[in-house]
Amino acid sequence: MEVNQNTSRRKFLKKGLVAGALVAGGSMGASELISAFDSKPSGNKIRLLSPEGKVVEVDASVINPSVSDFLVSSHNVREGVPGKKFVMVIDLSRCKNAGKCRKACSKMHYLPANRSYIKIDKMQDSEKGAPYWMPTPCFHCDNPPCVKVCPVGATFKLSDGIVGIDNTRCIGCRFCMVACPYSARVFNWGEEMFKLSPEEKNAIKPHEACGTHKVGTVEKCDFCPQKTGDNKLPDCVQACPNGVFFFGDEVEDVVSNGDETLQLSKLLRDKAGYRFLEDLGTKPRVYYLPPANRQFPFTETKQASK
Amino acid sequence: MNSEIVTAEKEAGIGHHEVPKDLLKDLLPKKLTKSGTIWMVFLLIIIGIGGYAYISQLQKGLIVTDMRDFTSWGIYISNFVFFVAISLVGSLISAVLKLTDVKWRTPLVRIAEIIAVAAITFAALIIIVDMGRPERFWHLFVYGRIQSPIMWDVIVITTYFTISILLLYIPLLPDLAICRDKLTGAAKWKRWCYKFFALNWQNTPRQYKIVNDSIRILAVLIIPLALSIHTVTSWLFATTYRAGWDSTNFGPYFVAGAFMAGCAAVIAVTYVVREHYGLRKYITDKHFDHMGKLLVLLSLIYLYFNVNEYLVPGYKMKETEGAQLKALFTGDYAPMFWSVQILGLAIPIIVLLFKWGRKPVPIFIISVIVVIGAWFKRLLIVTPTLLHPFIPIQNVPDSWHHYNPTWQEWAITSASLAGALFIIQIFFRLFPVVSIWETMEEREAETESQKI
Repeated sequence: MEVNQNTSRRKFLKKGLVAGALVAGGSMGASELISAFDSKPSGNKIRLLSPEGKVVEVDASVINPSVSDFLVSSHNVREGVPGKKFVMVIDLSRCKNAGKCRKACSKMHYLPANRSYIKIDKMQDSEKGAPYWMPTPCFHCDNPPCVKVCPVGATFKLSDGIVGIDNTRCIGCRFCMVACPYSARVFNWGEEMFKLSPEEKNAIKPHEACGTHKVGTVEKCDFCPQKTGDNKLPDCVQACPNGVFFFGDEVEDVVSNGDETLQLSKLLRDKAGYRFLEDLGTKPRVYYLPPANRQFPFTETKQASK
Repeated sequence: MNSEIVTAEKEAGIGHHEVPKDLLKDLLPKKLTKSGTIWMVFLLIIIGIGGYAYISQLQKGLIVTDMRDFTSWGIYISNFVFFVAISLVGSLISAVLKLTDVKWRTPLVRIAEIIAVAAITFAALIIIVDMGRPERFWHLFVYGRIQSPIMWDVIVITTYFTISILLLYIPLLPDLAICRDKLTGAAKWKRWCYKFFALNWQNTPRQYKIVNDSIRILAVLIIPLALSIHTVTSWLFATTYRAGWDSTNFGPYFVAGAFMAGCAAVIAVTYVVREHYGLRKYITDKHFDHMGKLLVLLSLIYLYFNVNEYLVPGYKMKETEGAQLKALFTGDYAPMFWSVQILGLAIPIIVLLFKWGRKPVPIFIISVIVVIGAWFKRLLIVTPTLLHPFIPIQNVPDSWHHYNPTWQEWAITSASLAGALFIIQIFFRLFPVVSIWETMEEREAETESQKI
């Protein structure tokens, strides 16, 4: 009798320890494990390559689509790339809303296909002017209203010009979203906002994620610090088939869209580069080239909606 | 009756004397009546449903609300603004009217102050409900940035809460002592409460002096604080670039609206309390008449700010602002906007200008409408603006273009309102509604002036 009691108590302790470890393992790890235990078998088998090189077949429900911890970079979100001042130029005359930048952005950040940090909006400056497509990432303003209002310093300006987010600190008050005049920020209202289906997960080649997703925190375009830190272009820039995005360094005075490499100051001067809503005084680090002499006529393209 | 003894005692410097029997009978807290119990159960049910909704929100995240990336603030925030607004009345009745030496305010002070405390408590709670990560609330204290208007709000709200509690508690001390001495038949825990919280009150003139001095100091302190809490709350909006919020008028506009809403709330609660606790002798038609006049004045001031806030940008019709204003004037929000402006502002002003309109029953009805209007007014300030950003909302699901709060949002919001009413009811179950000692002092002053 007593022995039994002891074992049951030991079992109980064990369970407690496991639960404690789950909690200590951080919110992401814990939720991953718990959801792995809880999910019912879907009957849908998926083949995977195990770390030992064997092909194993597992139930789809066992695979948790959120980004695993080992994929999360060791990158310090509060540290910029030294000596750089990143800048982006978006040539509106070249955009036909192909949507490739959005897709690449989703993949890069382990987001479902219908969610990305870039928006492509239909704009029309006057009744008589033709409408045009305007991709809007985060503008990484030099006078960022979002950074000003954050009560806990969860969003901040880095030395390389990027406005970063620390979503282990964000309290989810969403003041920054309200403060941003460009609606650049998105919020993880629930897991649904970033949960990938097993198919989507399989379609993404594992790479270092730019950040992790946490329910109840704010996210936005981060100019892909893993890429830029390696002197590579952000994924949206590389993905665009029309060379709309130029990315570069203000210090070096150079921008590139992958095909052409241009002098930033000359490009802005020659093509009358401007910044969106300049009069707000937010000093964006993203410049636009006017939609003049267009490469494509404007056609309504339907985007994948959420 | 025994006024001679009173004055004799007073002259002798003994301090306060025996409380007249009728005051004890009328003003000491009473047992819950049947309707009181039903009301309390009703409130508890609403709080329970809200609690259940909040648990589901904690489990799934804010996805259970209808807030999305564009309408990132919803009725939680507008409800927060509403509560902060209502709480301003504490300072109006117990400070502004005190410093301007308004005599008739005495029976209303405690009602106003408990409304203020209940409202500010739930303002603080509802803001935690709105947070995506409520468990990180402590980040505000560890990583707090003084540059953020949210930090200013945290600071002024906690200060205002503290001063409001003191303004409720300190004038309660002599009454607590009366409860301690007279309610010897009460339950043990209650007697302990009265004894503990009465802080060994002995009715000495020195204690009365300390109480009166403290009240005076707090009354002066709370006025700038009251202006600050609502001005800072308005700055949560006005410090952004958004159409409809980008206004230098917002501070006084919010403060004016708050005084009006708070005043109406006090009238409504006063009416219910007076009918329910049989306080007609103490809270008379005269009080409603005075409060009615005050409400007209405050409504007119608020009307003035409304004209400024809508007519001036409406005259210019700048692009983004114009779209937001059109949504209010003739668009999706027009029915709500005009109901609030007409029922909640224009009609009260007209009705209350007449003497019959300031009789208890009509003014009670008007006040309830004003309070409801005030709640929706805050929603009209928050949501339509967010639906009209600089870059028009595109390529999102249709539902993202509108904001229709979910049942969880309504349940949690209703629970917060019920919670505030619950605090008020519990408070009056335990403590006298009308200050006994201040009523005594007034009577003495009256009899003395009659003598002269």
